[in-house]
Amino acid sequence: MNYPESYRYTKEHEWVSLAGDIATIGITFHAQEELGDIVYVDLPKPGTQVETGKSFGSVESVKAVSDIYGPVSGEVVEANDTLASGPEKLNQDPHGEAWLIKVRVASPEEFNNLLSAADYQTYIGAES
Amino acid sequence: MTDNPLKRTPLNEVHRAAGARMVDFGGWDMPVQYSGLIDEHNTVRNAVGLFDVSHMGEIEIRGPEAMKLVDYVTTNAVARLKNGQAQYSGLLYEHGGFVDDILVHKVADDSFFLCVNASNQEKDFEHICGANQFECEVEFAGDKYSQLAIQGPKALGVAQTLTDTPLSTIKYYWFVDGTFAGVPARIARTGYTGEDGFEVYVAPEDAVRVWNAIMAAGESAGIKPCGLGARNTLRLESKMALYGHEIGASISPLEADLAWIVKLDKGDFIGREALRKQREKGLTRKLTGFEMRGRGIGRDGYEIVIEGQAAGWVTSGSPSPTLNKNIGLCYLPIDRAQPGEKIEIVIRNQPVEAETVPTPFYKRQGS
Repeated sequence: MNYPESYRYTKEHEWVSLAGDIATIGITFHAQEELGDIVYVDLPKPGTQVETGKSFGSVESVKAVSDIYGPVSGEVVEANDTLASGPEKLNQDPHGEAWLIKVRVASPEEFNNLLSAADYQTYIGAES
Repeated sequence: MTDNPLKRTPLNEVHRAAGARMVDFGGWDMPVQYSGLIDEHNTVRNAVGLFDVSHMGEIEIRGPEAMKLVDYVTTNAVARLKNGQAQYSGLLYEHGGFVDDILVHKVADDSFFLCVNASNQEKDFEHICGANQFECEVEFAGDKYSQLAIQGPKALGVAQTLTDTPLSTIKYYWFVDGTFAGVPARIARTGYTGEDGFEVYVAPEDAVRVWNAIMAAGESAGIKPCGLGARNTLRLESKMALYGHEIGASISPLEADLAWIVKLDKGDFIGREALRKQREKGLTRKLTGFEMRGRGIGRDGYEIVIEGQAAGWVTSGSPSPTLNKNIGLCYLPIDRAQPGEKIEIVIRNQPVEAETVPTPFYKRQGS
């Protein structure tokens, strides 16, 4: 699987891409693979504050429900509403079309402190 | 995690090579899914799927009084079984709770073959040995067999290409000892999916050969290997109990809506007095089906409230791939344990509306 080099990752299996002060957040290919067929995605509304390390939503598969944690802090500016009617997109394109939320980040340095693609892949390799 | 290494079936490498996702299932390293749970589920409903269930345990009971021992330790009427017939049954404690739920196969008057849950097999064996006042030989036979389940409407056609035994003459819950894919096999028309199909018991050293033969024979029928994830959703739609969920040591077969496997008039058996008393006094709770009405999935262990009061718990809950609804089984007070009751299931601290419904959720055509 391709883990984009320009993204940063967390040990809770979220990814972040940063453009200016807008961070796009999703879950990793590995995360959706662990969950299996996804049936519900619960996301915060624009205006909600997301905090680093705190749950901001959940992803539910046939087998299990899993929290999604804020990789960075900031205010939600957009949620991917297409996932409400098409949660299976998270299984198909987790690093692209099936992003979860866009956040205006409080401090871009947080982004740089997250795992690189190489470090994340090492981490999931060791985990499994 | 314990320090004990996970147990492996002879097909472990086959699963890994096929890209299965493996999980620790009761101490066994088992495939939970291959192509995807929903895809595998639908393949079994519409075509044919193949499961490795070699983790399941087997116990063999032999001796002139084998029937008496099996009858004494199980709830169903063993005396009614003919040679080559199987029955679903309960292995109970004196207090009426389940040691395990099992399949009893009658090989001959003096020979019985029990298929039991993987994680219960040692406990079952000790329980049966403890009740063996009939001088029977009780053998822990889990290492002698691998079990493959071919399930789905096309299972008969696929399996028939691999044996000379006329499979269509084997009735549901009957079995035949014969040759399958060129090796000795016990071929039972049983399953845990709600579909037609066969559970085939072979020697462990033959398991890979038989698996590959079935996959090859089923290719044109669209056969897919299936994992324990699909097995769980398939059995739930068909309202088949899972030990540790619908049934357990603190639950009786009457409560589990399994009165049909309890024959109180067959003579003495372990647990009979407790069940008789329970029936006299009346049940206080019973297993009931539900469908979610609000958005969410009532999952295993979630609390149920009725009119704001704690009323029971979910034993198994999941999206139903066949029905495209969120379904589940739960224990409810007996006066609420019928279809049409409005209940709420506490999902992540939020009560969500659900309604009790008739079961099974799914029944195949013609059964």
